Amino acid sequence: MHAFGQILKTETKLYLRDIPSLLLILLLPTVILVVLGLVPTLRVPDPKFGGVSFITYFTPSLLVASLAMVAVNILPSVLATYRERGILRRLATTPINPAALLLAQLLLALAGIVASAVLLALVARLAFGSPLPQHPLGFAAALLLGTAALLALGLLVAAVARTNRSAQALTVPLFMLVMFFGGVYLPRFMLPDLVADLGAYTPPGVQALLDAWTGTAPHPLHLGIMATIALAAGAGAAKLFRWE
Amino acid sequence: MSVIEVTNLHKRYGGTVAVSDVSFTVAAGEIFGVLGPNGAGKTTTVECLAGLRVPDGGEVSVLGLDPRRDVTRLRQQVGVQLQESQLPDRLRVTEALELYASFYREPDDPARLIEELGLGEKRKTPYAKLSGGQKQRLSIALALVGNPKIAILDELTTGLDPQARRDTWGLIERVRDRGVTVVLVTHFMEEAERLCDRIAVIDRGRVAALGSPAALVAAVAPEQRIRFRPSVPLDDQLLADLPQVTAVTRSGSQVVVTGTGDVLHAVTSVLARNQIIAADLRLEQATLDDAFVELTGHRLTD
Repeated sequence: MHAFGQILKTETKLYLRDIPSLLLILLLPTVILVVLGLVPTLRVPDPKFGGVSFITYFTPSLLVASLAMVAVNILPSVLATYRERGILRRLATTPINPAALLLAQLLLALAGIVASAVLLALVARLAFGSPLPQHPLGFAAALLLGTAALLALGLLVAAVARTNRSAQALTVPLFMLVMFFGGVYLPRFMLPDLVADLGAYTPPGVQALLDAWTGTAPHPLHLGIMATIALAAGAGAAKLFRWE
Repeated sequence: MSVIEVTNLHKRYGGTVAVSDVSFTVAAGEIFGVLGPNGAGKTTTVECLAGLRVPDGGEVSVLGLDPRRDVTRLRQQVGVQLQESQLPDRLRVTEALELYASFYREPDDPARLIEELGLGEKRKTPYAKLSGGQKQRLSIALALVGNPKIAILDELTTGLDPQARRDTWGLIERVRDRGVTVVLVTHFMEEAERLCDRIAVIDRGRVAALGSPAALVAAVAPEQRIRFRPSVPLDDQLLADLPQVTAVTRSGSQVVVTGTGDVLHAVTSVLARNQIIAADLRLEQATLDDAFVELTGHRLTD
């Protein structure tokens, strides 16, 4: 336990010292929200967005951006670099199980996501009067399962990529798909119906996040799919993970 | 008392045999060298000792433990420094040692180790800003912080400049003086000759020779040549009568004595007894490098 505490402490310090990544994770979604929020028409409720403003409608997509950044970009890159530089292998020569390092990284990823989400929701609420997530329980479930699914995919990449470069070859397309289906590149009302519908089923499940934010319970099927992806990718990562 | 016993170790990777048949023992408190060219199977051998790889055949016993079954207990007592293993760029020296110290039941004091390894000035420096020699010293410190009984050090001085390399050698001797048994993997002849009490020469997955550096040299090239200028005229027969001497010749004003065993001692004793001073005395003998060529049929570094 002492050893795990020390690993978590050390990894937290390293995480906080990586200022550019930290700013990306914590601030980027909120900064985009603020910039968009400065355009008055985007703050007006519109039937096109189910009776809410564009800002409110788009906020869950910004959350997807932060999730994608942490789970399928930064996490696999950190772990692949640790493997590439022999850091995991060196740990394997000590009495500690290198899985402790993985766990610490997952906790930090989760902390980053939660901090980013809280900041985003608060700014949306205080600056632009968007409601806080109206179905808190459903929102927590959608966020947790969506995050789990994406983190598991990130771990799967980290499990098979031997170097940071080969990790990037997998994470860049994955990241772009997640962003695209999550309606970050183009707001979802501008996407073809089929693509927008698919976005409900691709991690982290932007539809469930939007539903819960605007007050509808997320569809069990959407949540179930995220849970399934999380389990399948997680099991695959656990099976394939190598320390060197 | 032996702390490591390796018997008929065999390891394949797919169809490639990395270690064919390796046996040796390491005594407590010695610096044991595993010497050989790149790809000879040195690293695989020590990785089996450290429990990082599972042998395909043979027996390995480390401190009486089987690295396959007792790997948790083994890792408390064996410190390993691996080839090309680095640390996160932003991790500072003290943080790295405190982190690794937390993994062991009875760790050494990180602050003391930092001083002992000459990293006191650098304790707050991030890993990326350390020089090659400093990184290597930190890596050794990490292998020692758990107070191990055995330290396995793989290609410790590769990539270091000559000064840093000599500093590192001094360090390894101090490690041994603390009572730690050192297994040193190297492909530098000079390093093995200078540091090791005994050496296993590994070539193509087999032990080509085993013994002290001097014994290895003597076994393949027993002849030594002594050259000197005597202070007063010298009767060659005086030296030729010695049992250790095989030949005495002259080269200008120089006397050249060829012989075996403790020929140097025998010759200098006779000279002293006759009150002859040997000027420009030189001993020429085969080096470990020569021995290696004899043993394996090729040079170590090519």
